[in-house]
Amino acid sequence: MGPNMITNFDLFAIIPEILILILIVIVMVVDVFRKKIENNNIISWITFIGLTFIILITALFLFPGDEMDYAWGGMIRVDAASFTFRLIVLVGAAITTLFSMYHQEVNNKGEYFAMLLVSVIGMSMMAASSNLIMLYLAIETTAIPLYVLVGFLTKNNFSVESGLKYFLFGALTSAVLLYGFSLLYGFSGSTHFAEILVAIEASKIPTGLLFFILLLTVVGFGAKISGFPFHFWAPDAYQGAPTPIAGYLSTASKAIGFIVIMRFMVSIFSSEPQSWTLLLAIIATASMFVGNLLALVQKNIKRLFAYSSIAHAGYILIGVASGTTLGFKASMYYLLAYLFTNLAIFGVIHIVEKSTGSNEIDAFKGLMKRNPGLALVFLIAVLSLAGIPPFGGFISKVLVFMAAIDANLIWLLIIGIINSIIALYYYLTVLRITFTDSEEIESQAVYYGWKLALAVCVLGIIVFGVIFSPWLNWLEVASTNLMLFH
Amino acid sequence: MGFPILSVTIFIPLLAGLIILLFGRQRQSWIRPIALVASSLVLLLTLILWASYSIEQAGYQFIEYIPWLPDLGISYHLGVDGIGIAMLVLTGLVVFTGVLVSWNIENRPNEFFSYLMFLATSVLGVFSSLDLFLLFFFLELAVFPKYLMIVIWGSPKTRNYGGMKLTLYLFIGSVLALIGALAIYQASPERTFDLLLLENAGFSPEMQRIWFPFVFLGFAILGGIFPFHSWAPDGHVAAPTAISMLLAGVEMKVGVFAALRVGIMLLPEGAKHWATWILVLATINVVYGAFIAMIQKDFKYVIGFSSVSHMGLVLIGFASLNYDGLLGAGLQMFSHGVMTALFFSIVGMVYDRTHTRDIASLGGLYKIMPWATIGFIIGGLVSMGMPGLSGFIAEIPIYMGVWRVAPIVAIISVISIVVTAAYILLVVRKVFFGDLPQEFEGKIKDITIKDKIAIGVLSLFMIVIGLVPGLMVPLIETGVNHILVILGGA
Repeated sequence: MGPNMITNFDLFAIIPEILILILIVIVMVVDVFRKKIENNNIISWITFIGLTFIILITALFLFPGDEMDYAWGGMIRVDAASFTFRLIVLVGAAITTLFSMYHQEVNNKGEYFAMLLVSVIGMSMMAASSNLIMLYLAIETTAIPLYVLVGFLTKNNFSVESGLKYFLFGALTSAVLLYGFSLLYGFSGSTHFAEILVAIEASKIPTGLLFFILLLTVVGFGAKISGFPFHFWAPDAYQGAPTPIAGYLSTASKAIGFIVIMRFMVSIFSSEPQSWTLLLAIIATASMFVGNLLALVQKNIKRLFAYSSIAHAGYILIGVASGTTLGFKASMYYLLAYLFTNLAIFGVIHIVEKSTGSNEIDAFKGLMKRNPGLALVFLIAVLSLAGIPPFGGFISKVLVFMAAIDANLIWLLIIGIINSIIALYYYLTVLRITFTDSEEIESQAVYYGWKLALAVCVLGIIVFGVIFSPWLNWLEVASTNLMLFH
Repeated sequence: MGFPILSVTIFIPLLAGLIILLFGRQRQSWIRPIALVASSLVLLLTLILWASYSIEQAGYQFIEYIPWLPDLGISYHLGVDGIGIAMLVLTGLVVFTGVLVSWNIENRPNEFFSYLMFLATSVLGVFSSLDLFLLFFFLELAVFPKYLMIVIWGSPKTRNYGGMKLTLYLFIGSVLALIGALAIYQASPERTFDLLLLENAGFSPEMQRIWFPFVFLGFAILGGIFPFHSWAPDGHVAAPTAISMLLAGVEMKVGVFAALRVGIMLLPEGAKHWATWILVLATINVVYGAFIAMIQKDFKYVIGFSSVSHMGLVLIGFASLNYDGLLGAGLQMFSHGVMTALFFSIVGMVYDRTHTRDIASLGGLYKIMPWATIGFIIGGLVSMGMPGLSGFIAEIPIYMGVWRVAPIVAIISVISIVVTAAYILLVVRKVFFGDLPQEFEGKIKDITIKDKIAIGVLSLFMIVIGLVPGLMVPLIETGVNHILVILGGA
């Protein structure tokens, strides 16, 4: 196989991305003729149906099973791990699309959905990249649409401001990351992960420098998962962004950050497992404490869940920092359950925001009286975050804690457990407000699209909470493949 | 595997709770009948379990086994021994009477009864679990119904504080136990959560000594062990009546039951090593709880602290690690559960009518509610350990058992009998006898027929067990013998 030949396998490897590209074209074309169509939600429905179709195709035909291979001359890897995270992104984007319906400022704008889809392509590529150039391109393809989406509410100064903040922070961390990449390339002479590893094993990179590179790359990736101390953008961005986008940032975008970290660490730094696992364990500890402690004092519900999502990045990092197959499996499971959970949270916040015009915690007062269905969805999602069965968050937490014990990280386990106690306090406080005090507010109609999205989320939370075996078997393959990097 | 009677018992309330939650708003009149039918079915099924448990055969019975996550050694494994049966019957009784005494809840009844049913599922599940993971699964299930029921229907002044305190303490206890449980899992040769396999896992004595405090203390916090007992009175007082009944009557038993099942039975060497410390803490529970109960001005706090005191006796029974102590502890778990449920139900009935729990401003209620008075006196006699009632057959073996290992503990803790008698008689005299205060004259009515049924059922069990100990002693004995084998064999 010559380097310039495009094989069928290459095309096969990026079928979802090709389909998304087609979908983007359709969306843009429909957008041109939109004025002739009465239905304001037509674009979001097209996007949703298109994404559902792509999800089905991917899930049914593109599961690589145990096979691992490179495509595009080693640019991307086709394995169960990239498959898994591609699905996470697609599902996240589909649910985000549903929540974006009936949002008067975004639902009739083709560019909003086009941006969303471009970011999906970028993330999908991030999950599969096995080359520094490819990875960097994918990261930027993801980040630029997200900057735009966060600042999309141009009539709202706060949204624009938060978009700008997100952009500045993102650009800065990307630059640091790129510096790390350039050092890697400079010393190893290659951009392929596998060849860099060979160079490192041949001691071409001095150990001190390697640690410096590790720090630089962790800065870049840490910002993607909003781990401490690279979390500063998250509360502002979540608060200012259109709420569905905040949900998307906290789930799909975060998940992709994690797969990149996992892939990068086990491939490039596999010769230095102690240093990167320790570094990630420290970040995990700090993220959990900072996220949970700051969440305690929040008055704004979006900020509260932004800090909670920082804390969850910490829990998920416990699994990654254990550096074992079990740990990666646990983190992946956590991310899957977290996808549905946090999307449900931000979905409910979005709907409440629509009806009350506020995203303060007090807007949730008496939600159980106004709209019991919505309050129950919120209850399920919050309990899942708190790690209460029979919801996905419980088994996810147990799995990462088991991974910590398995890797002899007892101190990290204890920190994780202390943090789940702290977190329970504010989760219960939010639930108390939702379920007790009542106020007379016109209840918001929950549209069909939103109902569908919430139903999918609740189903996801419960299914991941009571049926474990099939998913774990699948993730076993994904994490084993990830570890077997050559 | 025959008819999955345990699963049916566990999931009837869950199903009823879901139905009530989803459809109760539209059909208000269905809520209470559904809850009553479900709780009666649970009581009936637990009684059937009691009747059909084979004492000759002993061991775990009504086993159900479905692999859940075989890779990690997690399975849906149910089964009960004699102690488990007693606990299931206790739960059936308390849930049934809890529904009866909550009949007049008017504020959001659909949520109230559905959360009550969820709580029942959680508790029944813990008592039937033969898998450590499953046990935690059911245990944590109770977090949100407990919390929400206290903050929504609890007593307005303290519900936010009491509810949060209780939930956090119980959560801390359960995660502490979870750390220990994960360590047990990690140390087990088969990497399993299956309790039956873990019982024979043969953990090294060092490992048992390190992890026993985590598991035992974690679960014992749920049982109100000193110095982590303060959630119990605060939480019970803040909670609505039915929840106080369930929390004190059953949830505290969940704690000590799990401490026995996971702590003592899986880590017997650890139990032997730490028994002295448990005895010290439990003795403080017994004596301190009783003295504090005596100086309370609030009717409900008296009962709250009396629970702390009585649960200490259960822990003393455990820590004596011999036949008498364990037998007494098992009986005390049942007896105290029924008794405290009775107490809290009567406190609730009194409060609903007088709107005060201040002992000083109550009095003479005997004339208006004789049934409640008699019920309270029966409960009081059980509490004092009067012969002929269930409290006697429970407490005497505990004292006998602990006498053999640490006579000083027996001597100190016997003080509590006197103190208990003092505060119970004091409350009975001040609340039910004496003169009826002017403001209640003609304003308060007798308790309803449903309340009377609840009092009658609970009293009946205490009297029958007291008069015919043979109904329950052999049952508990089967469980105790098994524990003794484990303790001896280790």
